[in-house]
Order: sequence, then C-alpha cells, then structure tokens
Amino acid sequence: MFLSLSIICLTVAVLLAQVNKMTAKPIADAKAMKLQNAISEVVPAFDNDPVAEAYRMPVGTGDSLLVYPAKKGDKVVGYAVNSSSNNGFSGEIQIMIGFDMEDRLINYAVLQHAETPGLGSKMTDWFKNKEKPSQSVIGRDLSQGALAVSKDGGEVDAITASTITSRAFLEAVNRAYQAYSESRENAYSGASPKNAAGKSNDEAGEIKKEDNSHE
Amino acid sequence: MNNNLKVLINGIIKENPTFVLLLGMCPTLATTSSAINGMSMGLATMFVLICSNMVISMLKNVIPDMVRIPAYIVVIATFVTIIEMVMNAYVPALADSLGIFIPLIVVNCIVLGRAEAFASKNGVFASIFDGAGMGLGFTLSLTVLGAVRELMGTGKIFSTNIYPERYGSLLFVLAPGAFIVLGYLIAIFNKLQHK
Amino acid sequence: MTMELIGIIIVAIFVNNVVFSQFLGICPFLGVSKKVDTAIGMGLAVTFVLTIATLVTFLLQKGVLEPYGLEYLQTITFILVIAALVQMVEIVLKKISPALYQALGVFLPLITTNCVILGVAILVIQKDYNLLESVIYAIATALGYAMALIIFSSIREQMALTKIPKVMEGIPIALITAGIIAMAFMGFSGIDQVFK
Repeated sequence: MFLSLSIICLTVAVLLAQVNKMTAKPIADAKAMKLQNAISEVVPAFDNDPVAEAYRMPVGTGDSLLVYPAKKGDKVVGYAVNSSSNNGFSGEIQIMIGFDMEDRLINYAVLQHAETPGLGSKMTDWFKNKEKPSQSVIGRDLSQGALAVSKDGGEVDAITASTITSRAFLEAVNRAYQAYSESRENAYSGASPKNAAGKSNDEAGEIKKEDNSHE
Repeated sequence: MNNNLKVLINGIIKENPTFVLLLGMCPTLATTSSAINGMSMGLATMFVLICSNMVISMLKNVIPDMVRIPAYIVVIATFVTIIEMVMNAYVPALADSLGIFIPLIVVNCIVLGRAEAFASKNGVFASIFDGAGMGLGFTLSLTVLGAVRELMGTGKIFSTNIYPERYGSLLFVLAPGAFIVLGYLIAIFNKLQHK
Repeated sequence: MTMELIGIIIVAIFVNNVVFSQFLGICPFLGVSKKVDTAIGMGLAVTFVLTIATLVTFLLQKGVLEPYGLEYLQTITFILVIAALVQMVEIVLKKISPALYQALGVFLPLITTNCVILGVAILVIQKDYNLLESVIYAIATALGYAMALIIFSSIREQMALTKIPKVMEGIPIALITAGIIAMAFMGFSGIDQVFK
C-alpha cells in the first residue's frame, strides 16, 4: 500500500524535475523578453544591454529603484526606470518609465497592476493618449516640477472615476524622475542638472550640450 | 467507437459540468472576464482531465483501494504542475491573467470527480473520451460565459468590436457580473433542457 | 506595523472578500448555504483548518522547498499536506473534543477540495507575506468566508419561502443573489486607503 504510493510519488517527482529543467530556460527567457520589450518601448533606440548595466538608485529614505541606462555607442541616450507605487486602489502598481536626456518623459509601460478592470486599469493607455494632451504625460518636462492630477492643482487629467489610481501612477512617475535626475547627476558629475530645474527647455538643452562638450 | 462518441457528447450536453453538474464553479466565475481567458482556462483543465483520466485508468489495478484518493491527487497535481510550467514558459501573459487559478485546477471537483466516478472503473480509451467530453463541455461553457461577459461589458467578443465600448456596462466584467450572467445562463440551459 | 496588519485584515474580510471578489470556495458556498446553522459550522471548520494549513504550508515552503530549490513541487506538496492535515485534524478532534467534532465533523472531508485552503496557502507565498502576516491573512480570509456564508444562508432561508419562477429555482437565483451581494461588497473597495 505505502510502497505503491511511494513509487508513484517518486516517479512523479522525477518526471516533474525533468519538466522543470526543460521549461526553466523558456520561463527565464520569457521574463527577460518582457523586461527587454518594456525597456525598448520607453527609451530611444539603443545598442547596449540595459539589463546588464542596470543599477539601483536610492530614492527617498531606504528605498531604491532599478535604473536601466540606454546607450548608443558610448553615449547615454535615455534612462528607463522601473518605478512603483503602493498607493493604488489595490495592490502594487509597477511601471517602466523612460526619459530622454532633456528631462522629458518619452513613454511608459505598465508592468504590473491589480487595479479595477475598466476603471483604474485604463492607465495602461490613458496617460499616453496623444489626442488629449491634458491627460497625456508623454513629452512632459519633469524639471518643471512634479506631475499632479488637476484635482490636486496639477496639470494632468486623472482617469475618469479613478483619481486614486491616477495619483498612484503619477507618484510612480515622479519617483522615477527622481531616480533619473540622480542618475544624470552621477553621469555628468561636473554640472548639476538641478540647476536646470525651473528653466525653459531650451536652456536645459543648452546645459546638456555643455555637459557633452565637457566629456 | 460509437459508444465513445456517446461518452463525448454526454459530457458536452447532458452532463455539462458547468450548467448541469455545477462543478468547478471557482474557475468558471473567476477566469471568464473575457472569452479568450475563459477558453484558455477550459483548455488547460481539459488537458489535465484527459491526462489524469488516462493515467488513472491505466493504474486502476495497481493502486490499492485504501490509498486511491491520495494517489489520484498526486497524479492530477503532477499534470497541473506540468501545464503551469509550460504556460509560464510559452504563454506568460495568459498565465499571468489566469494567475492562481492554474494551480487551483488541482482542487477542481470535475477532475477528481471524473477520476473517481469514471476513470477508476472504465478502460483507457473510454476514459480518454470521457476526459475529452467533460473538458470540451467545460471549455465551451467557459467560452460562452466569457463571451457574454466580454460582449456586455466591453462590446467585444475575442477582442473584436461588436458595438461601441461606451454602451457596455462595466459591471459584467467585474465580480458581480460573473455571478449574475452565470445564474441566467444556467436558467436558460434549464429551460432548454426541460422543453 | 499594527496599521499594516489591520489593513490586511480589513482588505481580506471586506475589500477582497474570498467569495464575492476572489471567487474561492464557491462550490461549498453554494452547497452548504441553505441553512444558517450549517453555514456557521462550515465557516468555523474552514477557519480552523485554514489557519493551521497556512501555518504548516508556509513553514514547509520557507523551510524545505525554497532552500532546496524545489519550488516547482509547491502545488503537489501543498495539496498533499492539506489532505493529510484535514485527516489529522479529524482524528485529533475526535479524541480531544468530541463536542467540537460533532459540530464540525461532517464538514471536514469537504474541506480538502475547498479551494480557499490551497488558494490562500499559495497566495501568501505569492504576496511575499512573512509568517505573522500570513497567519493574520489566513484568519481574516476565513472570517470573511464565514461572514459571506452566514449572510448568504440567511437570505436563502428567506428565499425558500418565496415564490420564484421554476427555471430560476435553486442555483440560478442563488447565483444572482450572490451577484447583488458582490455589488454591495464593491462599495468597500478603497477603504483600506485609510490604513496607509
């Protein structure tokens, strides 16, 4: 009785170990692929391996975000930041956010969320709707100050009936920007990008050009 | 063969696991927010059903009666783990949306129920057909339920637009819609059967 | 820390109620909810087993499966442990407290295939809870389950006295009622904001 049950269990364990071995690589590949896709969606074309060069950038107190630098040749063309917020309607919201070298948000990709389907879940497209600039965050210059929903006096229209989700989304974006500007500061340890804060885009661009000439 | 066909049809209509036997309600309600999700859950369950039915009917003379239930559970859990790993590897997005309900196929009463009621008494081929019939019946009902909810909630079926999304009622995609639509579908099925 | 735990409890009982929002344990939910007495019995039995099962599977996962890289055996180990545990609870209960066994005995065999147990055991691992959080989550989930059962069975007791169209009798009307309760429970969503 116990013998036959043990034999079954043993056979099963061996079988599962085999299947596990066979699927381990495809599972890892699929995960890497998802990350890779999200990164290339949010930063300009690059030819390095951002995942291999990723590092953690501390944000606020005791927290840190993963930053993926995108490089063309030796030049950094953008940063993708894996940011998150715990203040959504339900569960953690995880977003990949890409910035160019001029403090502008290029694009984002929602990696994970558990918001209400049809309401909060709209964030996957809502904030990149190019036809409605008042709700889109694409192309916004974050050196002008943190983003906030219009209800809180900001300039971004929240998702209809999902203000909490929208706030959490923007919180994640603002955190990502912090990590981004810290990263740039480290990369150009001559000039502080914080000087650019509050100035117009052109000026910020000039500062950036100067930075390049330093190199 | 004719008999096998009868077994197959039986699972789809007369003993439809969802609408008649009312088994496996949890995945039925939880994974049918869209037609494609419902269908995938059905197919995953069908795979487990066919494989476990086959293996159990092959082993029915070897397994002592005393330990048959744990032995069945081990066999079922094995196939569930296999399908879970395969889905994670090749259709990760789908595996994400079905989430915890893939491992929970283990406790789906349809699977253990068919093992005990059919596979442990019948031959290998008949058991395979029984698994396929039950699995198909389950898949069909889940697809129908998913399609109705998706249509009423978002105006789409299998992501194809039928009518503009703004006329849909979100409620049907959310939790209450699952209960309500299933309730009405069972009532309609009752009505049709007792005509 | 305490706030976080209270948050977990509120979310598990109301916001993400096992039955009305997570769809776990529906079969027994429909099966034993015709009378309030049986609903209470089932609710207690689930609370009892779920707490112990979550504790044991959690320790097993952290103590055996993870250190030895055997995570792929999770489903199979958990279900076997749960099945064995239910048997043991039954035997022990019979010896120690015949009164309690009288009350819960008939429900115990039904619990092995109740997906609440396996579901919660897997969920606490996925959510990356620690031991205390896991146990609290398990107890709160079980209380939410018991509450759902009791609410639902009281409505069904009333419904038994009402005239209902023939095709809707039994399960169809029960499901639609559950749908309406689920709607009411949606109103709780977001209240956990207070505990952040």
